[in-house]
Amino acid sequence: MSDSLPNTHWSDGVHALFRAHRINIVSFVPDGGMKRLLELCERDAAIHTVTLTTEQEGIALAAGAFLGGTRAAVLMQSSGVGNCVNMLSLPRVCNMPLLLLVTMRGEWGEFNPWQVPMGSGTQVVLEASGVITYRVQTPQDVVPTVDAAIEFAFASRQRVAVLLAQKLIGAKNFVRGDQ
Amino acid sequence: MNGLSRRAALAEILRERNDLIVVAGLGSPAYDLASIGNENLDFPMWGAMGGAAMVGLGIALAQPQRRVLVITGDGEMLMGIGSLATIAVQRPRNLRLVVMDNQQFGETGHQRTHTAFGTDLVAVARGCGIVHARSIFDANDLADLRRDIHALDDTLFAVVNISAQELPRVLPPRDGAYLAQRMRAALLGEADALET
Repeated sequence: MSDSLPNTHWSDGVHALFRAHRINIVSFVPDGGMKRLLELCERDAAIHTVTLTTEQEGIALAAGAFLGGTRAAVLMQSSGVGNCVNMLSLPRVCNMPLLLLVTMRGEWGEFNPWQVPMGSGTQVVLEASGVITYRVQTPQDVVPTVDAAIEFAFASRQRVAVLLAQKLIGAKNFVRGDQ
Repeated sequence: MNGLSRRAALAEILRERNDLIVVAGLGSPAYDLASIGNENLDFPMWGAMGGAAMVGLGIALAQPQRRVLVITGDGEMLMGIGSLATIAVQRPRNLRLVVMDNQQFGETGHQRTHTAFGTDLVAVARGCGIVHARSIFDANDLADLRRDIHALDDTLFAVVNISAQELPRVLPPRDGAYLAQRMRAALLGEADALET
């Protein structure tokens, strides 16, 4: 899918924001919707990518990065938000910045019913855990929203998540199976 | 049960620690660290169970010239067991993980952990790809461990087999924002610590 995308894909803009805002560590449990962004980060010598076994590792990693003076972002699918809940107490109680990029599943055109419970609860769970959420529905809103989220997270030391709607990412095609 | 004295073992590990950064997992490892002192480069945790090793990885990646020691318990390490695979892949040369293993959840009434039934954390660490992984039963081997903590140019993992003592609690500060800012100021300087 990514092969047919133009260079103006939102992933390129987000990657450029990571560079401009000195985000040097990007950790993730991958999702098909962020394939291109992950490839851009992995190709970039200025960005250290960390593959996680579970999303909560990324929350603790970002906390350690902050202690050491480096900015981190954590990328995950909406199902991974549920894996983070208790670990989100760490940046909250320590007044640390946290930037999450979450690609949504279990909503627009979802084929897999097992994605629906966590997808339906993602925003509520994040807000209950003290994370401010920005939801993006259209490609042109991604870059300005992520830009604002980065500024808010790091300048004001807030926990901020940008939720990229499934309508924006595109529903996963299980028949073709290339995501 | 046989095993080393946890506080004597940690005191030996941290003897002449110099500028070693120390993250302590919640519960007894944090109390043990507080029993030795209260340093700017200490980050004792009171929650976020399963996260200590990854906090250590974050500091280690951000401060590649410094050495970072994570002291945690067997229960805390088990909850973050996948982080051993994540750390092995990263292979930070400046990160050391030391698990003080008493085979118990000491905070909650001494229920047995998986290590009491044979789970071998050193084998797990090796299986994840951490090359320098060892188990320590003898106090005489702590000197070598301490030397490696300061000198080894690779990720280090050790399990220190300790007895299940119930010791008087020495409580570290529990204001997380204070602990975080204190370490940042020590690492980055007072002015830069206020920026992000």
